[in-house]
Amino acid sequence: MTGPGALLVVAPVLVPLLTSLLALLLAGRPRLQARVSLAGAVVLSAAALALLAGAVTGEVARVTFGGWPAPFGIEFAIDRLGAALIAITAVLGLATLLFLSSDADVGPAHPFLHPLLHGLLAGVGGSFATADLFNLYVWFEIMLVCSVGLLALGGRPAQLDAALKYLVLNLFGTILLLASVTLLYAVTGHLNFAALARTAPAASPALMTPLLAALVLALLVKAGAFPLFAWLPASYHTLPAPVLALFAGLLTKVGVYAVLRVVGDVFARPAVPLHEALGWLAAATMLVGVLGAAYHWDLRRILAFHIVSQIGYILLGVALATPAGNAATVFYTIHHIVVKANLFLIGAIVCRLAGSYDLRRIGGLYRARPGLAVLFLLPALSLVGIPPLSGFWAKLLVLREAINAGRVTWTVVALAVSLLTLYSMLKVWVEAFWKPHPDPGWQPAAGARLAPAYLVTAALAAITLAISLAPQALVAYSLEAARALGGGR
Amino acid sequence: MIWALALAVGIGAAAGVYLSLSRDLLRCVVGLSILGSAVNLLVFAAGRLSTTAPPIVLPGAAELGRAANPLPQALVLTAIVIGFALTCLSLVLVVRLVQVAKTDDADAVRFAEPPPIDPVKPPIETPGQAVAAGTPGAALGSRGAR
Repeated sequence: MTGPGALLVVAPVLVPLLTSLLALLLAGRPRLQARVSLAGAVVLSAAALALLAGAVTGEVARVTFGGWPAPFGIEFAIDRLGAALIAITAVLGLATLLFLSSDADVGPAHPFLHPLLHGLLAGVGGSFATADLFNLYVWFEIMLVCSVGLLALGGRPAQLDAALKYLVLNLFGTILLLASVTLLYAVTGHLNFAALARTAPAASPALMTPLLAALVLALLVKAGAFPLFAWLPASYHTLPAPVLALFAGLLTKVGVYAVLRVVGDVFARPAVPLHEALGWLAAATMLVGVLGAAYHWDLRRILAFHIVSQIGYILLGVALATPAGNAATVFYTIHHIVVKANLFLIGAIVCRLAGSYDLRRIGGLYRARPGLAVLFLLPALSLVGIPPLSGFWAKLLVLREAINAGRVTWTVVALAVSLLTLYSMLKVWVEAFWKPHPDPGWQPAAGARLAPAYLVTAALAAITLAISLAPQALVAYSLEAARALGGGR
Repeated sequence: MIWALALAVGIGAAAGVYLSLSRDLLRCVVGLSILGSAVNLLVFAAGRLSTTAPPIVLPGAAELGRAANPLPQALVLTAIVIGFALTCLSLVLVVRLVQVAKTDDADAVRFAEPPPIDPVKPPIETPGQAVAAGTPGAALGSRGAR
């Protein structure tokens, strides 16, 4: 593909990179920088919607670079799966930037904030767009550098501590990723996804299985799966809220997407021990994540552990090794990105009004802001999976397929974890909203600039509500996206 | 040649993993850097070695023959650049963190995750004050005074 079509395929990377560069040049002029940054996010969203409109028809938008034809040059290929995730990435980028204009725990303004945010979006967009294993590694590294920069930007001791732990554990993951990608190249002679899918079955299974296991292990570090998730709860809660929402929504999901792409698409094959191991890891991830959340009383730390727990459900869909399981993963990922980012953003409003993230220090918000209490309940109950919210449909898809596959233990664990999630979410709601504030003379913070924050959270809640009330469109899209994986290439 | 390289990769990976498991922050980062270098050698080795033949497919031949594949050599350049940048970034972070914490023991750096003081509930953060009593701030003060 050449001309404007090719430009559109590169847009998920090109637009954030150009915006990042422009924002860097405008580092001395904060107001203009914020406007340029927002304009970049709007252009990215428009391009993402155009890509989505093209992908709905089932056509894979492809472009190769440097004049080298497909199996040799680096290729971008955006199918239904990639297009949907790029669209949700752009929406979340826009939400983050809009939220930054409120004063709900947005952190101190820093000239490098916008360049790094767009760098992160470029890394995420590139990961979703690329059809080349080594290129995927490069985008992971770009995401890593930008996210460490965002973590360390505030310069508080807690942030430096968090940034180093995040960097060390993720660096180990990317080194393992590089090693496994290289060895896969040495065995198959290809890096392009389509070419790998063609040549991999011919390679000896004794060689491929350990290499694939190493590759998936490296991606699971990124996804925050058990037992490799320690970097996530150690670092996320030190971030300012909008950046935290972006991290929570996107970063682990890129890891999950890569697992789905590798296990369910490029090296797709009928259930093998790798799937079995992935399933048990998914069950452990769910359980450990939700138990970690039960211990904590800081709203951000509770929600950070819930990211880990939900990753388990998403991985369970991949572990089932069927198109319906993969479709459940796609649906779950899209639902989860919106819900999780929204919970962190609403948490920031709670902190701004009540003065703290710690549930032992806040309360009485239901009396003061009943609308906010309902707004929080919507994504919270969706995360739990209460019908008819989007989380219910997502869990229904995963668990129905797990039961069809005869995986009783995994199903039971998933249902038990749902109950614990309900406990955790109700704890947050009761403590932050229902119980009276520990300080009897407390009044909600006056003069808070929350209009953009309410706008963004209400818009994200509207997306959740739309998925909840009309899930069939997204279910059908996910099924088509999953059917195109594996054999469809 | 390939055996010498395999030995180098093995020793490098072992040394890197050993160092990166250290509680000393600087050793940890240096260990990751060595591990990264070992993997870079692995990338280099993935494209065949011990030949000086130019990587040109001869007329009539379908394959490259005995020449080394230049693609992994191009990949390793990318990996070296990325690894160098990340090593620099992590060194800056470590130096800054050691300055702030006045210690290089990873176990003692608990700013982000204060150790629990109560057996069942996590420590509570005092608003307006970055670190409360009983959290590493207090320990930090005593360590600074030591």
